[in-house]
Amino acid sequence: MREPIVNVQSSAQNGIAVAVRSVWKSFGSGPTRLQVLRGVDLDVRYGQMTYLLGPSGSGKTTLLSIIAGLLRADSGSVTVLGHDLARLRNGEAALFRLRNLGFVFQQFNLIPALTAAENVAVPLLAAGVPRREAVERARALLADLGMGHRADELPSKLSGGEQQRTAFARAMIQSPRLIICDEPTSALDGPTGRRVMELLRKHALSPDRAVLVVTHDFRILEFADTVAEINDGVIVKVTEATGVR
Amino acid sequence: MQVRSDRGLAFIAWQMLTGDRSKYLGLVLAIAFSTLLMSHQVSIFVGLLDRTRSQIRDVSEARVWVMDPKTRYFDEVRALRSTDLYRVRAVPGVEWAVPLFKGVARVKGPDGIFRNATLLGLDDVSLVGLPRKFLAGDWRALQSPRTIVLDRLGYEFFFPGQPYRTGAELEAGPLIVRVGAVVDSSPPFVNLPIVYARYSEAPDMAGREPRSLSYVLVRPRAGVSDEELAARIAAATGLKALTSDAFGWETIWYYIRNTGIPINFGITISIALLVGALVSGQTFSLFILENMKYLGALKAIGVTSGRIVRMLLLQALIVLAVGYGIGIAVTAAFFYFTRNNLELRGFRLLPEVMLLTGGTVLIVVLLATAISVRRVVVLEPAVVFRG
Repeated sequence: MREPIVNVQSSAQNGIAVAVRSVWKSFGSGPTRLQVLRGVDLDVRYGQMTYLLGPSGSGKTTLLSIIAGLLRADSGSVTVLGHDLARLRNGEAALFRLRNLGFVFQQFNLIPALTAAENVAVPLLAAGVPRREAVERARALLADLGMGHRADELPSKLSGGEQQRTAFARAMIQSPRLIICDEPTSALDGPTGRRVMELLRKHALSPDRAVLVVTHDFRILEFADTVAEINDGVIVKVTEATGVR
Repeated sequence: MQVRSDRGLAFIAWQMLTGDRSKYLGLVLAIAFSTLLMSHQVSIFVGLLDRTRSQIRDVSEARVWVMDPKTRYFDEVRALRSTDLYRVRAVPGVEWAVPLFKGVARVKGPDGIFRNATLLGLDDVSLVGLPRKFLAGDWRALQSPRTIVLDRLGYEFFFPGQPYRTGAELEAGPLIVRVGAVVDSSPPFVNLPIVYARYSEAPDMAGREPRSLSYVLVRPRAGVSDEELAARIAAATGLKALTSDAFGWETIWYYIRNTGIPINFGITISIALLVGALVSGQTFSLFILENMKYLGALKAIGVTSGRIVRMLLLQALIVLAVGYGIGIAVTAAFFYFTRNNLELRGFRLLPEVMLLTGGTVLIVVLLATAISVRRVVVLEPAVVFRG
């Protein structure tokens, strides 16, 4: 398999981690064809937390999936970490995600049969790191997040906040340069959600990293550097941090 | 960075499989049940068919059987003319040829109980056809007049619970005969006692029959093959001559073609296959369906479809190995613990049956996996974002 080469320098030079240009995407065909994205333009900058807001059905998840390389755009271009996703074949895209992206899912998606530490170690195990080493690294990260004492618990024994922190640790374990979060606080109470966002923010402040968050949760807007609002498949408004916080 | 190995994913696959105990047990038991039914029923089927030729096989000294051209299988006896024996002996390449009488005798025990028995009249001089494994007495018993050799089944019927010994008397047809020896013969297709007697006396025990020569048993001279001699005899005498092996198979095929045995066993085996396939297939599909969001998450994280398919294959093979092992072990235990049961002796788990069952179960599991895997391969990882 050809290894995707991340063009760190060129993407870092212009400060843009993700550049979405004129992206169109539809599902189905004929009379049932649904146009979800209609020429979306979006920048996600390094060192920032970018929020994507919009009502249900506005195209947030589709855009997120395209940026993550999980879906292909019908037209337009998506450059992630200096890499044109359209040029990556499926296997290369998978490897690219494994090396460069971290995901925090709305439902956490922790594997029930694995302990918290083993769940955190999943990306390392998938990358071929020996189990002992992977789990030790996962334990260390969980300890950093204040969950060292819960590392050997199954997800069913963890609270919602602990599960989310575990999911966050899983996203962080490979030190990805882009973290993509889908409704990361929707299942959490206010204080727990704030703690998770503080962790994400800390990660995003690194100059070569970025965080993209899809959310409905206005409680956490204060953590955003940039807020892009999408409606009916179009980015209708982009607000810089100073205007939000 | 290249992915170094799939060991980590194998660990995840193992944990996902065994972490859900109820589904894991369900899968294993479905495979085990299917394996048990198939291997057990195929073993009984093969054992039954093998029994149809057991008496041919017991006559180990003879290599060619000569019979009436219309004879289709061992138990269907059409008597030959007594001169046919000499015609066979005259064929070049015959080392020796001896007569065999096969009939039915009504045998009455000391308590008045009686039972039909298969009666085999052996050549008076050579006693060709007498089994070699004696439980009491020896071959010399048949040198005495009015003496028979009884097989184990017959002895235990007429003398239940008694140790094997010689000297007891029975009525065989109109004659009073003495049990001179007890032998352990191969179990026959129909569980009738077998009485071995001298050729000269056997027809009297069966009730007088006009002709007593059922088969001519032949041994070829050195340098003459069994097949060649059989062909020579058939050509020279117009009789049917088959090697022991060919006659055994002809008997087996007769039962396959003319009885309901294959159909009945085929139905049972098909049901076992169907139930096993449906239960294990459905359970495995459910298992994968319930894990879909985790598999989707793995795809999103960067695990390719091919590696996920390998994880599922590993899970399927683990379930197969454990389930098959349990099923085969139970079948083997059944035949081991029933090996001394008179009705069930001779039935055993053959390596060929193990291979056949294993191959069949493997195909079932792989098919079930392939159907389930399709869902994972076509799964858009974006599904994981939709919750």
